[in-house]
Amino acid sequence: MPHVLLIEDDASVRDGMELVLRRHGYGVDTAATGEEALALLDSPGGGRIELAVLDLMLPGMNGFEVCRGIRARTATLPVIMLTARGDDHDIVTGLEAGADDYVVKPVTAPVLEARIRAALRRAEPSGRTRADAADHAGLVIDRAGLTVSKHGVTVPLPPTELRLLLELSASPGRVFSREQLLASVWDHTFLGDSRLVDAAVGRLRSKLEDVPARPRYVQTVRGFGYRFGPL
Amino acid sequence: MSGRSAESGRAGSAGRKRRLVGGLRTRLVVTFVVVALVSAVTATALAYRDARTAVLRRTQDAAVNDVRTRVTAVAADFDLPPDRRSLARFAAKVSDGLGARIVVARYQDLVAVSDSLADTEGRITAELRAAVRAGDGARFQRVEWRGEPYLVVGTPVTYADGDRRTSGLEVFVITDLRAERDDTEALLDSVRAGVLPVVVLAAVLALLAAGTVLRPVRKLGRATRGLAAGDLGSRVTVKGHDELADLARTFNDTADALQASDARLREQEARARRFVADVSHELRTPLAAMTMVATVLEEDADQLPPDAARAARTVGAETARLSRLVEDLMEISRFDAHAVRLNAAETDLADTVRGSLALRGWTDRVTTRLDEGVRAVVDRRRVDVIVANLVGNALRHGAPPVTVTLGTTATADGSWVTVAVADHGPGLSPEVRERVFDRFYKADAARTRGSDDDGGHGSGLGTAIALENARLHGGTIDVTEGPEGGAVFTLRLPLRRTGEEAR
Repeated sequence: MPHVLLIEDDASVRDGMELVLRRHGYGVDTAATGEEALALLDSPGGGRIELAVLDLMLPGMNGFEVCRGIRARTATLPVIMLTARGDDHDIVTGLEAGADDYVVKPVTAPVLEARIRAALRRAEPSGRTRADAADHAGLVIDRAGLTVSKHGVTVPLPPTELRLLLELSASPGRVFSREQLLASVWDHTFLGDSRLVDAAVGRLRSKLEDVPARPRYVQTVRGFGYRFGPL
Repeated sequence: MSGRSAESGRAGSAGRKRRLVGGLRTRLVVTFVVVALVSAVTATALAYRDARTAVLRRTQDAAVNDVRTRVTAVAADFDLPPDRRSLARFAAKVSDGLGARIVVARYQDLVAVSDSLADTEGRITAELRAAVRAGDGARFQRVEWRGEPYLVVGTPVTYADGDRRTSGLEVFVITDLRAERDDTEALLDSVRAGVLPVVVLAAVLALLAAGTVLRPVRKLGRATRGLAAGDLGSRVTVKGHDELADLARTFNDTADALQASDARLREQEARARRFVADVSHELRTPLAAMTMVATVLEEDADQLPPDAARAARTVGAETARLSRLVEDLMEISRFDAHAVRLNAAETDLADTVRGSLALRGWTDRVTTRLDEGVRAVVDRRRVDVIVANLVGNALRHGAPPVTVTLGTTATADGSWVTVAVADHGPGLSPEVRERVFDRFYKADAARTRGSDDDGGHGSGLGTAIALENARLHGGTIDVTEGPEGGAVFTLRLPLRRTGEEAR
């Protein structure tokens, strides 16, 4: 059973989500504050947690800080941001802090579940792994071991960014539209969530590129989308 | 905007031309010059008159005195009645003592002239002669003869025996006044020569004065234009204590007041917007909890007693409706706060429309006539919102078939992408058409058919949000009557391609 960590300060929302998730077979840990959540992750039981649903507005540490705290502990735990603030600015900030997805409150149970399932799917080892490591001008992508290293140094990537890189680098030079990437990486068909793609590309560049403002690996094709290379 | 500025630019240049003709500067210069001329001419005229009078009076007094003295002296040795020769001698004698003056002596019909060649009749008027004959001392008269001025002094010769009887002998002395006239005319000439520099000086002074007056006026004008253009921080520097400084101070006070009330209004508006945003935001958390719990209730509804099941379903539906209303309120408040941004990229519009319909499961219920290959720089998410709104409206309130037509049009103000959503319902009355984009406006019951999927929809903000989204693109939404009844909502967006983005 997948184990989800709910970080939400509002007791009713927390209870409601816990109720729904438990009914649908998820194991649920809850935390009312960011500090509590990080302590829980650090505790011996933290290892069973497979996904975090994180409220943005929390007393004490806010959601962005908690997200960065989680990313400092593990690169691979999927984080879904749950926000009552649906403004572009907040969503972008949340995504740039390292969240894999965002959900604006109020959210219906089926949508939340679908998003959790999609995030968990991304975290699973990709079934489409091919052969071995390929070297792209110093950037080595190991599709079997799901690791990425640059000039011999391992670059830890969260599942969403890793999947995005695998998707793009599978066909170097091919242009992917945001919608295509959204569908293949996030399993979303929701129009307009292309901010997810842009934010993930931004994070990926900050980790891979020498000069993120002039990217070499993940390039923008204005008006169309993104492509890997040409190097 | 550009049209208005071009218009004001034209008005401005015409105004400047008018200002050159009837402007303050011209008026000041003209006034200065006129005042200078009037003063110069008046002063000159007065001075000329006084000078002339003084010169003439001195000449006259001297002449009269000379004549009187001389005649008295000569007459003492003169016997009456004279004969022609003695009278001529008398005239010559008087003339001798008076220098180069013509002396005319008359005794009854006898006339003797010191200069026999001179014409005296024209210069000695009958009037003067009559006055002298009346016998009341010396008389004089200025006359103009052949264009030259002369002074004629006439005096009767009286007996020196105390009762001053007239002897009948009259003496007229003609003095040339050309020298005096030349003197006064020289004065006039010198004044006339001085008028031009005075006028020029007056003009220069006027220009300087106009400069000192006009500079602050122009600054004030600039500041006023700035204020009118929306720069509420526009102020002028107050210098001195004159009326212009007062005006500048008043302007600054007015601008202060305007800025203060503008700030107050903005503050109020911002507070109102914040309130809506805060309310919507605060509603989200309880709604989030309710939405979750309502799912559980709905899932279990089948196992509940009928009343409880209905209650559970109602709670679920109403929660969903409330969620949408809050979403719409948030969206509207974002538009009001100008916190929306266009994430535009070149997009295939037929694709977008199809995506919108497919996402909402409307593909089977809507007929489409989509031109392929129409690409424009738009925010796909916002176009999706508009299309979903218009089609949703048509499905809910109109009657099938609902048709979506995508095309392009070119008008005088550019090329447009058009998306027309037509239904075959009862259509909209003109009053409804006018208000259909108003917030929370609900069309009459005839159009609201209360179909099954109506629950949860129709917050009354949908069309308002669609219109805001269209305007954000620089587009519009119109609503018209369809050719066979029904309503046609037409979205028009500027057909911009990559590279001609307005951002």
